[in-house]
Amino acid sequence: MNTSTSPGVIRRPLRRFLDYAVLSVLAFIFALPVLYLFMGSLKPSDEVLNGLSGFLPTHLSFDNYTAVLDSLNSDSTGYIWRFMGISLLLAFVVVTGGLFVNSMAAYGLSRLKWRGREAVFTLVLLLMLVPFESVAVPLFYMFNGQRNTLFIQAIPFIANAFSIYQFHTFFRSIPPSIEEAARLDGAGPWRTFFAIIVPMSKPAFASVAILTFLTQWGSFLWPVLMVSDPSVRPLPLEMSVFQGQLPPDWGQILAFGVLLVLPVLIVFAFFQRWFVQGVASSAVKG
Amino acid sequence: MTSVEPAHAAPPGPEQAPSATTVTTAPLTRSARPGRKNRDWLHGLLMSAPAVSGLIAFVGVPFGYAVVLSFYNVRLGSPLAPSFFGLEQYRRLFTDPDLSGPFLRALLNNLTFAVVVVPLQTGLALALAILLNRKLKAIGLFRSLFFMPVVFPMALVAVIWRLILARSGQGMLNSALHAVSFGNWGAFDWLGDSATAMASIIVLSVWQGVGFQMVILLAGLQQIPGELYEAAELDRASRWQQFRHVTLPGIRGTLVFVAMLTSVLSFRVFDQVYVLVKGGGLDEDAARTVMYQAVTTAFDQNNIGQASAITVVFFLIVVALTLLQRRVVRPGNED
Repeated sequence: MNTSTSPGVIRRPLRRFLDYAVLSVLAFIFALPVLYLFMGSLKPSDEVLNGLSGFLPTHLSFDNYTAVLDSLNSDSTGYIWRFMGISLLLAFVVVTGGLFVNSMAAYGLSRLKWRGREAVFTLVLLLMLVPFESVAVPLFYMFNGQRNTLFIQAIPFIANAFSIYQFHTFFRSIPPSIEEAARLDGAGPWRTFFAIIVPMSKPAFASVAILTFLTQWGSFLWPVLMVSDPSVRPLPLEMSVFQGQLPPDWGQILAFGVLLVLPVLIVFAFFQRWFVQGVASSAVKG
Repeated sequence: MTSVEPAHAAPPGPEQAPSATTVTTAPLTRSARPGRKNRDWLHGLLMSAPAVSGLIAFVGVPFGYAVVLSFYNVRLGSPLAPSFFGLEQYRRLFTDPDLSGPFLRALLNNLTFAVVVVPLQTGLALALAILLNRKLKAIGLFRSLFFMPVVFPMALVAVIWRLILARSGQGMLNSALHAVSFGNWGAFDWLGDSATAMASIIVLSVWQGVGFQMVILLAGLQQIPGELYEAAELDRASRWQQFRHVTLPGIRGTLVFVAMLTSVLSFRVFDQVYVLVKGGGLDEDAARTVMYQAVTTAFDQNNIGQASAITVVFFLIVVALTLLQRRVVRPGNED
């Protein structure tokens, strides 16, 4: 990864210092909104929207967090653990289900030879052109009877043309000799796939999993259309409901925001390398 | 990306050019033996069936349905049966004064958004990528910092920026301006004023999405052979000349790809507009986008036929952009 070239690095130590200075200033400006989120979530509400002192670390406490957990813990407002659980469950189903069916399809379309596979793959590529936004309205109309169910929040997103495409690209770079060896040992396509190809494709699985998780965790348009009942409401939708309350309690709203982003930040921290590689490799060759 | 997308980024959408990577994947796949072929047919079909049928059911069919619905007058919850409408929905979208006003405004807003965001975000991402393409200690930390907003859900990004841009004198931006101007500026309604509403959406979208483009460009920069820079150094090329004659040609393809990707993603902007209009005092007229228009038409006005027509127009624009992307990207691929 690190084959970067910066001319003159050895010659000019001053330049190195300047690089750090410029980067630090930029990074600070860039990180301000995130800092504001975390700082504000620890401050009393009347101090969040209080000019520049919103950044000052005075009166820090976890009161907002306990308050959010308390206030979102009744029949009338809903239960925060429930929102969290719904989002986690949906993400789990969409990610694992997606990894399973999309990788399998990509294998069938890239490594097995059969009549019609080109046609099927072309169909997948064509469907990849259709952004979800442009089918949201008819889907909403088609499944109007299934509103406020968990089922309708997850099922449409398991099969994903872009994931198939990413797996397809990865599988085609695997040398065929590996499968030939497996076949000589008597393994059929299924066994070859699950016992040999899947274990050696961890980077592809990791990057597809992370992209799917991110998209699903932040998913907003579809819940806006399909979910009105708090008992099946995922976190981002609840976030937008919660921030619309009057009068707004900013400390609590930001604490809620931290609860919304923390799971992704944790996932990101652990799998960063795969994520960045995945994004980069899916695009750079283009 | 805006989503960004990638946040939404948007997070990364499914419109990356399919042509892109297939070019590099040519290894031999001729392994099947004659005896196997029959069974491979069955296995291949069985393996791809679940995902492909899912795609047909939840992408293909609804898309066809959108086209059909757009020719009808369908209203959700109306006692009247849907009636055939021909091209009436489209005619109304573009010529009926009551309907075409908001719709054309939304199209114009989308266009403004794209025209500003694409060069701004791509340029910023390139500058960041070049800055971060160094061998410095802690460079990984810097890269993660700039990338971090990409993982933030747009619904949350909208809320954070709602506070930063708050109209009272206590809003973050307003009080900063108040401080630097010795009290001459302050208390401006950034989201609510029609002159700055779209600019506000642009700023928060670029903030969230630029890291995504940056990572792609960074990977592109790292594929430029170091010898090219060494040769340029020997020729006493200045930093600017190296940028012009080594860096830019080296990442031309990636740069075009990123710009096109951003333009497609920028047409899909929705989450932040919806959150801020519904609960954040954002000027609705100045910030409505095509997707916002489709959702409010379907959902608030129960007008499915009209919304489907908007959806179809939206799709045509995105496909045109994607196809343009594929055409432009291909020739750049060779270097």
